[in-house]
Amino acid sequence: MSRLVRHPMILVGGTLLLAVVVASVCAPLLAPADPIKPAFGQRLAPPRGLGGGAAHPLGTDNLGRDILARLLYGGRFSLTLAGCALLLGAGGGVVVGLAAGVFGGRLDDVVMRLADVQLAFPVIMLAIAIMAVVGTSPTAIVSVLALSGWVLYARTVRASVLAIREADYVEAARVLGASQARVVLRHISPNTLAPILVLASSQFATMVLLESGLSFLGLGIQPPQPSWGAMLAEGRDYLSNAWWLATVPGIAISLVVLGANLLGDGLRDLLDPRL
Amino acid sequence: MRGYILRRCWHSAVTLAGVSILVFVILRVVPGDPAKMLLPEGAPQSAVDELNRHLGLTEPLWIQYGLFLGSVARGDFGQSFQYRAPALRVVVERVPATVQLTLAAMVLTVLAGASLGVLAAVRQGTGYDYAGTVLAVLGQSLPNFWLGIMLILLFGVTLRWLPTSGFQSWRHLILPAVTLAAFPTALVARLTRSSLLEILGQDYIRTGRAKGLGEPRVVLRHAMKNALLPLLTVVGLQIGTLLGGAVITESIFAWPGMGKLVVDAIFFRDFPVVQTVLILSATIFVAINLVVDLLYTVVDPRIRYE
Repeated sequence: MSRLVRHPMILVGGTLLLAVVVASVCAPLLAPADPIKPAFGQRLAPPRGLGGGAAHPLGTDNLGRDILARLLYGGRFSLTLAGCALLLGAGGGVVVGLAAGVFGGRLDDVVMRLADVQLAFPVIMLAIAIMAVVGTSPTAIVSVLALSGWVLYARTVRASVLAIREADYVEAARVLGASQARVVLRHISPNTLAPILVLASSQFATMVLLESGLSFLGLGIQPPQPSWGAMLAEGRDYLSNAWWLATVPGIAISLVVLGANLLGDGLRDLLDPRL
Repeated sequence: MRGYILRRCWHSAVTLAGVSILVFVILRVVPGDPAKMLLPEGAPQSAVDELNRHLGLTEPLWIQYGLFLGSVARGDFGQSFQYRAPALRVVVERVPATVQLTLAAMVLTVLAGASLGVLAAVRQGTGYDYAGTVLAVLGQSLPNFWLGIMLILLFGVTLRWLPTSGFQSWRHLILPAVTLAAFPTALVARLTRSSLLEILGQDYIRTGRAKGLGEPRVVLRHAMKNALLPLLTVVGLQIGTLLGGAVITESIFAWPGMGKLVVDAIFFRDFPVVQTVLILSATIFVAINLVVDLLYTVVDPRIRYE
Protein backbone atom coordinates (compact mmCIF):
# COMPACT_ATOMS: atom_id res chain seq x y z
CA MET A 1 0.00 0.00 0.00
CA SER A 2 2.80 2.40 0.85
CA ARG A 3 4.27 1.58 -2.56
CA LEU A 4 0.99 2.65 -4.14
CA VAL A 5 1.18 5.99 -2.36
CA ARG A 6 4.61 6.57 -3.85
CA HIS A 7 3.12 5.96 -7.28
CA PRO A 8 0.07 8.21 -7.29
CA MET A 9 -0.37 7.73 -11.04
CA ILE A 10 -1.54 4.15 -10.45
CA LEU A 11 -4.07 5.37 -7.91
CA VAL A 12 -5.35 8.25 -10.06
CA GLY A 13 -5.40 6.23 -13.28
CA GLY A 14 -6.99 3.19 -11.66
CA THR A 15 -9.66 5.31 -9.96
CA LEU A 16 -10.51 7.08 -13.21
CA LEU A 17 -10.88 3.79 -15.07
CA LEU A 18 -12.83 2.19 -12.25
CA ALA A 19 -15.21 5.16 -12.05
CA VAL A 20 -16.03 4.94 -15.78
CA VAL A 21 -16.49 1.16 -15.58
CA VAL A 22 -18.76 1.37 -12.53
CA ALA A 23 -20.80 4.18 -14.10
CA SER A 24 -21.30 2.13 -17.27
CA VAL A 25 -22.28 -0.99 -15.34
CA CYS A 26 -24.78 1.03 -13.27
CA ALA A 27 -26.16 2.77 -16.37
CA PRO A 28 -29.85 1.97 -15.67
CA LEU A 29 -29.57 3.39 -12.15
CA LEU A 30 -27.72 6.57 -13.10
CA ALA A 31 -29.66 7.33 -16.27
CA PRO A 32 -33.16 5.86 -16.32
CA ALA A 33 -33.97 7.37 -19.74
CA ASP A 34 -34.14 5.16 -22.85
CA PRO A 35 -30.84 5.48 -24.76
CA ILE A 36 -32.28 4.41 -28.12
CA LYS A 37 -35.92 5.55 -28.46
CA PRO A 38 -36.17 9.02 -30.07
CA ALA A 39 -38.25 11.74 -28.35
CA PHE A 40 -38.60 14.43 -30.98
CA GLY A 41 -40.40 16.79 -28.62
CA GLN A 42 -37.20 17.47 -26.69
CA ARG A 43 -34.49 17.68 -29.36
CA LEU A 44 -31.14 19.36 -28.54
CA ALA A 45 -31.93 20.29 -24.94
CA PRO A 46 -28.86 21.88 -23.30
CA PRO A 47 -27.19 20.30 -20.26
CA ARG A 48 -28.35 21.15 -16.78
CA GLY A 49 -26.86 24.44 -15.59
CA LEU A 50 -26.80 25.76 -19.16
CA GLY A 51 -30.54 26.16 -19.35
CA GLY A 52 -31.53 22.49 -19.37
CA GLY A 53 -33.82 20.69 -16.97
CA ALA A 54 -33.01 18.10 -14.32
CA ALA A 55 -34.50 15.32 -16.43
CA HIS A 56 -31.51 15.34 -18.79
CA PRO A 57 -28.32 16.25 -16.85
CA LEU A 58 -26.16 16.27 -20.00
CA GLY A 59 -28.90 17.43 -22.37
CA THR A 60 -30.41 15.58 -25.32
CA ASP A 61 -29.19 14.83 -28.83
CA ASN A 62 -30.59 15.54 -32.30
CA LEU A 63 -33.27 12.86 -31.84
CA GLY A 64 -34.17 13.99 -28.31
CA ARG A 65 -32.41 11.05 -26.64
CA ASP A 66 -30.85 11.53 -23.21
CA ILE A 67 -27.09 12.03 -23.70
CA LEU A 68 -26.13 10.70 -20.27
CA ALA A 69 -27.98 7.46 -20.95
CA ARG A 70 -26.38 7.10 -24.39
CA LEU A 71 -22.99 7.88 -22.91
CA LEU A 72 -23.24 5.24 -20.20
CA TYR A 73 -24.75 2.54 -22.43
CA GLY A 74 -22.22 3.42 -25.12
CA GLY A 75 -19.52 2.97 -22.50
CA ARG A 76 -20.70 -0.58 -21.96
CA PHE A 77 -20.05 -1.36 -25.63
CA SER A 78 -16.75 0.49 -25.87
CA LEU A 79 -15.29 -0.93 -22.66
CA THR A 80 -16.50 -4.49 -23.31
CA LEU A 81 -15.20 -4.54 -26.87
CA ALA A 82 -11.88 -3.02 -25.85
CA GLY A 83 -11.57 -5.41 -22.89
CA CYS A 84 -12.30 -8.52 -24.98
CA ALA A 85 -9.90 -7.37 -27.69
CA LEU A 86 -7.25 -6.70 -25.07
CA LEU A 87 -7.54 -10.22 -23.61
CA LEU A 88 -7.59 -11.86 -27.02
CA GLY A 89 -4.67 -9.82 -28.39
CA ALA A 90 -2.60 -10.21 -25.23
CA GLY A 91 -3.32 -13.95 -25.02
CA GLY A 92 -2.42 -14.57 -28.65
CA GLY A 93 0.61 -12.31 -28.51
CA VAL A 94 1.97 -13.86 -25.32
CA VAL A 95 1.64 -17.42 -26.65
CA VAL A 96 3.27 -16.50 -29.95
CA GLY A 97 6.02 -14.49 -28.24
CA LEU A 98 6.76 -17.32 -25.77
CA ALA A 99 6.92 -19.84 -28.60
CA ALA A 100 9.18 -17.62 -30.72
CA GLY A 101 11.49 -16.90 -27.80
CA VAL A 102 11.69 -20.46 -26.49
CA PHE A 103 11.94 -22.39 -29.76
CA GLY A 104 13.78 -19.73 -31.79
CA GLY A 105 14.99 -20.71 -35.25
CA ARG A 106 12.62 -20.80 -38.21
CA LEU A 107 9.51 -20.15 -36.08
CA ASP A 108 11.10 -17.06 -34.58
CA ASP A 109 12.02 -15.75 -38.05
CA VAL A 110 8.51 -16.25 -39.38
CA VAL A 111 6.85 -14.59 -36.38
CA MET A 112 9.12 -11.56 -36.45
CA ARG A 113 8.68 -11.09 -40.21
CA LEU A 114 4.90 -11.34 -39.72
CA ALA A 115 5.15 -8.66 -37.07
CA ASP A 116 7.14 -6.42 -39.45
CA VAL A 117 4.52 -6.90 -42.16
CA GLN A 118 1.71 -5.95 -39.88
CA LEU A 119 3.50 -2.93 -38.46
CA ALA A 120 4.01 -1.68 -42.02
CA PHE A 121 0.30 -0.80 -42.20
CA PRO A 122 -1.18 2.09 -40.28
CA VAL A 123 -3.41 0.23 -37.79
CA ILE A 124 -6.53 2.19 -38.59
CA MET A 125 -6.13 1.62 -42.33
CA LEU A 126 -5.79 -2.13 -41.93
CA ALA A 127 -8.74 -2.13 -39.52
CA ILE A 128 -11.09 -0.22 -41.82
CA ALA A 129 -10.13 -2.40 -44.80
CA ILE A 130 -10.92 -5.57 -42.85
CA MET A 131 -14.14 -4.13 -41.39
CA ALA A 132 -15.25 -3.15 -44.89
CA VAL A 133 -14.74 -6.71 -46.15
CA VAL A 134 -16.12 -8.73 -43.23
CA GLY A 135 -18.84 -6.32 -42.02
CA THR A 136 -19.34 -4.46 -38.78
CA SER A 137 -20.36 -7.11 -36.25
CA PRO A 138 -19.08 -6.89 -32.65
CA THR A 139 -17.08 -10.10 -33.26
CA ALA A 140 -15.41 -8.47 -36.25
CA ILE A 141 -14.57 -5.37 -34.21
CA VAL A 142 -13.02 -7.43 -31.42
CA SER A 143 -11.03 -9.54 -33.89
CA VAL A 144 -9.70 -6.51 -35.74
CA LEU A 145 -8.68 -4.79 -32.50
CA ALA A 146 -7.04 -7.97 -31.19
CA LEU A 147 -5.25 -8.46 -34.50
CA SER A 148 -3.81 -4.98 -34.23
CA GLY A 149 -2.62 -5.64 -30.67
CA TRP A 150 -0.87 -9.01 -30.70
CA VAL A 151 2.37 -7.79 -32.28
CA LEU A 152 3.48 -5.64 -29.35
CA TYR A 153 2.91 -8.42 -26.81
CA ALA A 154 4.67 -10.96 -28.99
CA ARG A 155 7.71 -8.70 -29.39
CA THR A 156 7.82 -7.77 -25.70
CA VAL A 157 7.46 -11.34 -24.44
CA ARG A 158 9.99 -12.64 -26.97
CA ALA A 159 12.52 -10.03 -25.88
CA SER A 160 12.13 -10.89 -22.18
CA VAL A 161 12.27 -14.63 -22.89
CA LEU A 162 15.54 -14.16 -24.76
CA ALA A 163 16.93 -12.29 -21.76
CA ILE A 164 15.63 -14.76 -19.16
CA ARG A 165 16.36 -17.97 -21.09
CA GLU A 166 20.07 -17.80 -20.31
CA ALA A 167 19.65 -16.78 -16.66
CA ASP A 168 21.38 -18.98 -14.08
CA TYR A 169 18.23 -19.99 -12.28
CA VAL A 170 16.69 -21.25 -15.51
CA GLU A 171 19.86 -23.22 -16.22
CA ALA A 172 19.62 -24.60 -12.67
CA ALA A 173 16.05 -25.73 -13.21
CA ARG A 174 17.12 -27.51 -16.41
CA VAL A 175 20.03 -29.21 -14.69
CA LEU A 176 17.69 -30.41 -11.96
CA GLY A 177 15.74 -32.20 -14.66
CA ALA A 178 12.76 -29.91 -15.14
CA SER A 179 10.93 -30.56 -18.41
CA GLN A 180 10.85 -27.95 -21.16
CA ALA A 181 7.17 -27.23 -20.45
CA ARG A 182 7.86 -26.78 -16.75
CA VAL A 183 10.77 -24.45 -17.38
CA VAL A 184 8.68 -22.30 -19.72
CA LEU A 185 5.52 -22.22 -17.61
CA ARG A 186 6.96 -22.11 -14.09
CA HIS A 187 10.27 -20.34 -14.52
CA ILE A 188 10.25 -18.21 -17.66
CA SER A 189 6.71 -16.96 -18.19
CA PRO A 190 6.10 -15.52 -14.67
CA ASN A 191 9.04 -13.18 -15.21
CA THR A 192 7.58 -11.78 -18.41
CA LEU A 193 4.47 -10.69 -16.51
CA ALA A 194 5.61 -7.21 -15.48
CA PRO A 195 6.19 -5.82 -18.99
CA ILE A 196 2.94 -7.45 -20.15
CA LEU A 197 0.94 -5.71 -17.42
CA VAL A 198 2.48 -2.35 -18.30
CA LEU A 199 1.83 -2.90 -21.98
CA ALA A 200 -1.73 -4.12 -21.40
CA SER A 201 -2.82 -1.05 -19.51
CA SER A 202 -1.54 1.37 -22.12
CA GLN A 203 -2.91 -0.91 -24.85
CA PHE A 204 -6.34 -0.63 -23.28
CA ALA A 205 -6.16 3.06 -24.11
CA THR A 206 -5.19 2.23 -27.69
CA MET A 207 -8.08 -0.26 -28.01
CA VAL A 208 -10.63 2.28 -26.76
CA LEU A 209 -9.23 4.90 -29.15
CA LEU A 210 -9.28 2.50 -32.08
CA GLU A 211 -12.80 1.30 -31.33
CA SER A 212 -14.17 4.81 -31.05
CA GLY A 213 -12.18 5.83 -34.13
CA LEU A 214 -13.82 3.04 -36.11
CA SER A 215 -17.30 3.94 -34.92
CA PHE A 216 -16.51 7.62 -35.58
CA LEU A 217 -15.90 6.66 -39.22
CA GLY A 218 -19.12 4.63 -39.24
CA LEU A 219 -17.36 1.24 -39.21
CA GLY A 220 -17.93 0.28 -35.58
CA ILE A 221 -21.08 -0.32 -33.54
CA GLN A 222 -23.99 0.55 -35.80
CA PRO A 223 -26.81 3.00 -34.92
CA PRO A 224 -29.20 3.20 -33.19
CA GLN A 225 -26.97 1.46 -30.61
CA PRO A 226 -25.04 4.17 -28.78
CA SER A 227 -21.26 4.32 -29.11
CA TRP A 228 -18.89 7.11 -28.17
CA GLY A 229 -17.29 7.47 -31.58
CA ALA A 230 -20.61 7.56 -33.42
CA MET A 231 -22.06 10.09 -30.92
CA LEU A 232 -19.08 12.33 -31.65
CA ALA A 233 -19.59 11.97 -35.40
CA GLU A 234 -23.30 12.84 -35.09
CA GLY A 235 -22.49 15.82 -32.89
CA ARG A 236 -20.20 17.25 -35.56
CA ASP A 237 -23.23 18.52 -37.52
CA TYR A 238 -24.51 20.50 -34.53
CA LEU A 239 -21.37 22.34 -33.46
CA SER A 240 -22.84 25.80 -33.98
CA ASN A 241 -26.09 25.29 -32.05
CA ALA A 242 -25.50 22.31 -29.72
CA TRP A 243 -21.79 21.98 -29.01
CA TRP A 244 -22.31 19.56 -26.09
CA LEU A 245 -23.28 16.75 -28.46
CA ALA A 246 -19.71 16.34 -29.69
CA THR A 247 -18.01 17.53 -26.51
CA VAL A 248 -19.43 15.08 -23.97
CA PRO A 249 -18.51 11.73 -25.62
CA GLY A 250 -15.00 13.08 -26.31
CA ILE A 251 -14.53 13.80 -22.62
CA ALA A 252 -15.60 10.24 -21.81
CA ILE A 253 -13.09 8.76 -24.27
CA SER A 254 -10.33 11.06 -23.02
CA LEU A 255 -10.98 10.11 -19.38
CA VAL A 256 -10.69 6.39 -20.13
CA VAL A 257 -7.57 6.87 -22.24
CA LEU A 258 -6.03 9.17 -19.65
CA GLY A 259 -6.82 6.69 -16.87
CA ALA A 260 -5.31 3.77 -18.77
CA ASN A 261 -2.21 5.77 -19.76
CA LEU A 262 -1.61 6.94 -16.18
CA LEU A 263 -2.08 3.41 -14.90
CA GLY A 264 0.39 2.13 -17.48
CA ASP A 265 2.99 4.79 -16.65
CA GLY A 266 2.56 4.21 -12.92
CA LEU A 267 2.87 0.43 -13.29
CA ARG A 268 6.02 0.87 -15.35
CA ASP A 269 7.58 3.05 -12.65
CA LEU A 270 6.52 0.55 -9.98
CA LEU A 271 7.50 -2.68 -11.71
CA ASP A 272 10.54 -1.60 -13.65
CA PRO A 273 12.51 1.09 -11.83
CA ARG A 274 15.17 1.01 -14.57
CA LEU A 275 12.89 2.71 -17.10
CA MET B 1 28.71 -2.02 -43.73
CA ARG B 2 27.70 -3.00 -47.24
CA GLY B 3 26.56 -6.33 -45.85
CA TYR B 4 24.33 -4.54 -43.37
CA ILE B 5 22.76 -2.36 -46.08
CA LEU B 6 22.11 -5.38 -48.28
CA ARG B 7 20.59 -7.33 -45.39
CA ARG B 8 18.39 -4.39 -44.43
CA CYS B 9 17.18 -4.02 -48.04
CA TRP B 10 16.47 -7.77 -48.18
CA HIS B 11 14.39 -7.48 -44.97
CA SER B 12 12.42 -4.63 -46.49
CA ALA B 13 11.79 -6.69 -49.62
CA VAL B 14 10.57 -9.64 -47.53
CA THR B 15 8.29 -7.29 -45.57
CA LEU B 16 6.83 -5.89 -48.79
CA ALA B 17 6.23 -9.42 -50.08
CA GLY B 18 4.37 -10.08 -46.82
CA VAL B 19 2.41 -6.87 -47.31
CA SER B 20 1.27 -8.06 -50.73
CA ILE B 21 0.25 -11.45 -49.30
CA LEU B 22 -1.74 -9.81 -46.50
CA VAL B 23 -3.56 -7.47 -48.88
CA PHE B 24 -4.22 -10.42 -51.20
CA VAL B 25 -5.67 -12.44 -48.33
CA ILE B 26 -7.85 -9.60 -47.01
CA LEU B 27 -9.28 -8.48 -50.35
CA ARG B 28 -9.19 -11.65 -52.47
CA VAL B 29 -9.46 -14.65 -50.17
CA VAL B 30 -11.56 -13.49 -47.20
CA PRO B 31 -14.54 -12.11 -49.17
CA GLY B 32 -15.24 -15.45 -50.90
CA ASP B 33 -16.41 -13.84 -54.15
CA PRO B 34 -13.99 -10.97 -54.75
CA ALA B 35 -15.07 -10.35 -58.35
CA LYS B 36 -18.47 -9.25 -57.06
CA MET B 37 -16.74 -7.00 -54.54
CA LEU B 38 -14.40 -5.49 -57.11
CA LEU B 39 -17.31 -4.53 -59.36
CA PRO B 40 -19.95 -1.87 -58.71
CA GLU B 41 -23.08 -3.15 -57.03
CA GLY B 42 -25.62 -4.60 -59.44
CA ALA B 43 -23.04 -5.43 -62.11
CA PRO B 44 -24.38 -8.04 -64.56
CA GLN B 45 -23.32 -11.67 -64.10
CA SER B 46 -21.46 -11.54 -67.43
CA ALA B 47 -19.20 -8.79 -66.03
CA VAL B 48 -18.59 -10.85 -62.87
CA ASP B 49 -17.63 -13.87 -64.97
CA GLU B 50 -15.42 -11.72 -67.18
CA LEU B 51 -13.55 -10.26 -64.20
CA ASN B 52 -13.25 -13.71 -62.64
CA ARG B 53 -11.54 -14.88 -65.80
CA HIS B 54 -9.41 -11.73 -66.06
CA LEU B 55 -8.18 -12.01 -62.44
CA GLY B 56 -7.78 -15.74 -62.83
CA LEU B 57 -10.09 -16.33 -59.86
CA THR B 58 -10.94 -19.78 -61.18
CA GLU B 59 -7.28 -20.81 -60.82
CA PRO B 60 -5.71 -22.23 -57.63
CA LEU B 61 -4.85 -19.65 -54.97
CA TRP B 62 -1.10 -19.56 -55.54
CA ILE B 63 -1.55 -18.89 -59.25
CA GLN B 64 -4.08 -16.19 -58.36
CA TYR B 65 -1.49 -14.63 -56.07
CA GLY B 66 1.11 -14.75 -58.85
CA LEU B 67 -1.28 -12.99 -61.23
CA PHE B 68 -2.10 -10.41 -58.54
CA LEU B 69 1.58 -9.76 -57.90
CA GLY B 70 2.24 -9.50 -61.64
CA SER B 71 -0.42 -6.86 -62.16
CA VAL B 72 0.71 -4.91 -59.08
CA ALA B 73 4.29 -4.96 -60.38
CA ARG B 74 3.03 -3.57 -63.70
CA GLY B 75 1.27 -0.80 -61.78
CA ASP B 76 -2.14 -2.21 -62.70
CA PHE B 77 -4.22 -1.94 -59.53
CA GLY B 78 -7.55 -2.20 -61.32
CA GLN B 79 -10.14 0.41 -62.25
CA SER B 80 -11.68 2.66 -59.63
CA PHE B 81 -15.40 2.48 -60.33
CA GLN B 82 -16.12 5.54 -58.26
CA TYR B 83 -13.86 7.70 -60.44
CA ARG B 84 -13.86 5.54 -63.60
CA ALA B 85 -10.08 5.79 -63.87
CA PRO B 86 -7.11 3.55 -63.04
CA ALA B 87 -7.00 3.16 -59.24
CA LEU B 88 -3.28 3.93 -59.08
CA ARG B 89 -3.78 7.29 -60.81
CA VAL B 90 -6.68 8.18 -58.52
CA VAL B 91 -4.55 7.44 -55.45
CA VAL B 92 -1.36 9.10 -56.71
CA GLU B 93 -3.30 12.30 -57.39
CA ARG B 94 -4.13 12.41 -53.67
CA VAL B 95 -0.61 11.78 -52.44
CA PRO B 96 0.61 15.43 -52.50
CA ALA B 97 -2.15 16.58 -50.14
CA THR B 98 -1.32 13.83 -47.65
CA VAL B 99 2.41 14.49 -47.94
CA GLN B 100 1.81 18.20 -47.33
CA LEU B 101 -0.29 17.49 -44.24
CA THR B 102 2.02 14.85 -42.75
CA LEU B 103 5.12 16.94 -43.45
CA ALA B 104 3.57 19.97 -41.73
CA ALA B 105 2.60 17.76 -38.79
CA MET B 106 6.08 16.23 -38.74
CA VAL B 107 7.82 19.61 -38.64
CA LEU B 108 5.45 20.72 -35.89
CA THR B 109 6.08 17.48 -33.98
CA VAL B 110 9.85 17.81 -34.08
CA LEU B 111 9.95 21.54 -33.31
CA ALA B 112 7.32 21.58 -30.57
CA GLY B 113 8.14 18.16 -29.16
CA ALA B 114 11.90 18.73 -28.96
CA SER B 115 11.55 22.25 -27.51
CA LEU B 116 9.08 21.10 -24.87
CA GLY B 117 11.30 18.15 -24.02
CA VAL B 118 14.49 20.22 -23.79
CA LEU B 119 12.77 22.86 -21.69
CA ALA B 120 11.37 20.24 -19.31
CA ALA B 121 14.74 18.48 -18.98
CA VAL B 122 16.80 21.64 -18.45
CA ARG B 123 14.32 23.00 -15.92
CA GLN B 124 13.67 19.62 -14.29
CA GLY B 125 11.32 19.77 -11.34
CA THR B 126 10.11 23.31 -12.03
CA GLY B 127 6.75 24.57 -13.21
CA TYR B 128 7.92 24.27 -16.85
CA ASP B 129 8.63 20.59 -16.31
CA TYR B 130 5.23 19.91 -14.76
CA ALA B 131 3.37 21.95 -17.36
CA GLY B 132 5.22 20.07 -20.09
CA THR B 133 4.37 16.73 -18.52
CA VAL B 134 0.68 17.64 -18.22
CA LEU B 135 0.62 18.80 -21.85
CA ALA B 136 2.31 15.59 -22.95
CA VAL B 137 -0.12 13.39 -21.01
CA LEU B 138 -3.07 15.32 -22.46
CA GLY B 139 -1.63 15.12 -25.96
CA GLN B 140 -1.46 11.35 -25.67
CA SER B 141 -4.95 11.01 -24.21
CA LEU B 142 -7.13 13.26 -26.35
CA PRO B 143 -8.44 11.29 -29.32
CA ASN B 144 -7.42 13.17 -32.47
CA PHE B 145 -10.93 13.04 -33.90
CA TRP B 146 -12.20 14.83 -30.81
CA LEU B 147 -9.32 17.29 -30.67
CA GLY B 148 -9.98 18.17 -34.31
CA ILE B 149 -13.65 18.81 -33.65
CA MET B 150 -12.89 20.89 -30.57
CA LEU B 151 -10.41 22.98 -32.58
CA ILE B 152 -13.09 23.50 -35.21
CA LEU B 153 -15.53 24.49 -32.48
CA LEU B 154 -13.10 26.99 -30.94
CA PHE B 155 -11.24 28.50 -33.90
CA GLY B 156 -13.78 27.94 -36.65
CA VAL B 157 -17.26 28.20 -35.17
CA THR B 158 -16.75 30.42 -32.11
CA LEU B 159 -13.79 32.68 -32.89
CA ARG B 160 -14.03 32.41 -36.70
CA TRP B 161 -10.26 32.78 -37.03
CA LEU B 162 -9.47 29.81 -39.23
CA PRO B 163 -11.19 27.87 -42.01
CA THR B 164 -12.37 24.43 -40.91
CA SER B 165 -12.36 22.52 -44.17
CA GLY B 166 -10.82 22.55 -47.60
CA PHE B 167 -7.41 22.87 -49.13
CA GLN B 168 -7.07 26.35 -50.64
CA SER B 169 -4.36 28.09 -48.59
CA TRP B 170 -1.82 27.60 -45.81
CA ARG B 171 -4.44 28.77 -43.31
CA HIS B 172 -6.42 25.66 -44.15
CA LEU B 173 -3.43 23.59 -43.13
CA ILE B 174 -3.14 24.89 -39.55
CA LEU B 175 -5.97 23.06 -37.78
CA PRO B 176 -5.46 19.66 -39.47
CA ALA B 177 -1.69 19.82 -38.89
CA VAL B 178 -2.11 20.66 -35.19
CA THR B 179 -4.67 17.88 -34.81
CA LEU B 180 -2.43 15.34 -36.46
CA ALA B 181 0.70 16.47 -34.61
CA ALA B 182 -0.72 16.43 -31.06
CA PHE B 183 -0.10 12.76 -30.31
CA PRO B 184 3.42 12.39 -31.77
CA THR B 185 4.43 15.76 -30.27
CA ALA B 186 3.57 14.48 -26.82
CA LEU B 187 5.57 11.33 -27.45
CA VAL B 188 8.62 13.20 -28.77
CA ALA B 189 8.49 15.65 -25.84
CA ARG B 190 8.50 12.84 -23.27
CA LEU B 191 11.24 10.97 -25.05
CA THR B 192 13.44 14.05 -25.50
CA ARG B 193 13.04 14.88 -21.83
CA SER B 194 13.97 11.43 -20.57
CA SER B 195 16.88 10.82 -22.92
CA LEU B 196 18.27 14.32 -22.37
CA LEU B 197 18.05 13.92 -18.59
CA GLU B 198 19.99 10.69 -18.83
CA ILE B 199 22.69 12.28 -20.99
CA LEU B 200 22.97 15.43 -18.85
CA GLY B 201 24.08 13.20 -15.97
CA GLN B 202 27.10 11.87 -17.87
CA ASP B 203 30.75 12.65 -17.32
CA TYR B 204 31.47 14.35 -20.62
CA ILE B 205 28.72 16.88 -19.90
CA ARG B 206 30.34 17.68 -16.56
CA THR B 207 33.64 18.02 -18.39
CA GLY B 208 32.03 20.44 -20.81
CA ARG B 209 30.63 22.53 -17.99
CA ALA B 210 33.89 22.35 -16.06
CA LYS B 211 35.88 23.75 -18.93
CA GLY B 212 33.55 26.72 -18.92
CA LEU B 213 31.19 26.09 -21.83
CA GLY B 214 27.94 28.00 -21.65
CA GLU B 215 24.86 26.01 -20.71
CA PRO B 216 23.16 26.48 -24.12
CA ARG B 217 26.25 25.14 -25.83
CA VAL B 218 26.45 22.14 -23.50
CA VAL B 219 22.79 21.25 -23.97
CA LEU B 220 22.31 22.00 -27.64
CA ARG B 221 25.65 20.93 -29.06
CA HIS B 222 26.93 18.22 -26.75
CA ALA B 223 23.87 16.65 -25.18
CA MET B 224 21.34 16.99 -28.00
CA LYS B 225 23.67 15.28 -30.44
CA ASN B 226 23.34 12.07 -28.46
CA ALA B 227 19.68 12.55 -27.70
CA LEU B 228 19.04 12.63 -31.45
CA LEU B 229 19.39 8.91 -32.01
CA PRO B 230 16.37 7.60 -30.07
CA LEU B 231 14.49 10.62 -31.39
CA LEU B 232 15.23 9.60 -34.95
CA THR B 233 13.81 6.10 -34.43
CA VAL B 234 10.64 7.42 -32.87
CA VAL B 235 10.13 10.09 -35.51
CA GLY B 236 10.67 7.44 -38.19
CA LEU B 237 8.12 5.13 -36.60
CA GLN B 238 5.69 8.02 -36.20
CA ILE B 239 5.37 8.19 -39.99
CA GLY B 240 3.08 5.18 -39.69
CA THR B 241 1.09 6.87 -36.92
CA LEU B 242 0.85 10.04 -38.99
CA LEU B 243 -0.32 8.18 -42.11
CA GLY B 244 -2.91 6.39 -39.98
CA GLY B 245 -3.90 9.57 -38.16
CA ALA B 246 -4.28 11.24 -41.54
CA VAL B 247 -7.16 8.85 -42.28
CA ILE B 248 -9.24 10.40 -39.51
CA THR B 249 -7.84 13.93 -39.64
CA GLU B 250 -8.43 14.24 -43.37
CA SER B 251 -11.99 13.00 -42.94
CA ILE B 252 -12.72 15.62 -40.27
CA PHE B 253 -11.28 18.56 -42.21
CA ALA B 254 -12.33 17.39 -45.70
CA TRP B 255 -8.63 17.39 -46.64
CA PRO B 256 -8.38 15.78 -50.10
CA GLY B 257 -5.60 13.28 -49.33
CA MET B 258 -5.20 9.49 -49.34
CA GLY B 259 -6.86 9.09 -45.94
CA LYS B 260 -10.10 10.76 -46.94
CA LEU B 261 -9.93 8.89 -50.23
CA VAL B 262 -9.72 5.48 -48.54
CA VAL B 263 -12.60 6.22 -46.15
CA ASP B 264 -14.80 7.41 -49.02
CA ALA B 265 -13.70 4.43 -51.11
CA ILE B 266 -14.83 2.03 -48.40
CA PHE B 267 -18.31 3.50 -48.34
CA PHE B 268 -18.49 3.29 -52.14
CA ARG B 269 -17.10 -0.24 -51.89
CA ASP B 270 -14.37 0.92 -54.29
CA PHE B 271 -11.98 -1.90 -53.39
CA PRO B 272 -9.42 -1.33 -56.14
CA VAL B 273 -8.73 2.05 -54.53
CA VAL B 274 -8.62 0.54 -51.01
CA GLN B 275 -6.12 -2.05 -52.21
CA THR B 276 -3.95 0.62 -53.84
CA VAL B 277 -3.90 2.85 -50.76
CA LEU B 278 -3.00 -0.10 -48.51
CA ILE B 279 -0.09 -1.21 -50.68
CA LEU B 280 1.15 2.31 -51.35
CA SER B 281 1.09 3.44 -47.71
CA ALA B 282 2.81 0.26 -46.52
CA THR B 283 5.48 0.73 -49.18
CA ILE B 284 6.05 4.34 -48.12
CA PHE B 285 6.33 3.24 -44.48
CA VAL B 286 8.82 0.44 -45.23
CA ALA B 287 10.90 2.74 -47.43
CA ILE B 288 11.05 5.49 -44.81
CA ASN B 289 12.08 3.05 -42.09
CA LEU B 290 14.82 1.72 -44.32
CA VAL B 291 16.08 5.26 -44.82
CA VAL B 292 15.90 5.97 -41.07
CA ASP B 293 17.90 2.84 -40.29
CA LEU B 294 20.54 3.80 -42.82
CA LEU B 295 20.61 7.36 -41.48
CA TYR B 296 21.65 5.92 -38.10
CA THR B 297 25.07 5.21 -39.43
CA VAL B 298 25.40 8.85 -40.46
CA VAL B 299 24.01 10.35 -37.26
CA ASP B 300 25.95 8.07 -34.95
CA PRO B 301 29.44 7.23 -36.23
CA ARG B 302 29.89 4.89 -33.25
CA ILE B 303 27.57 2.44 -34.95
CA ARG B 304 29.43 0.01 -37.18
CA TYR B 305 27.48 -2.81 -38.71
CA GLU B 306 29.17 -6.06 -39.53
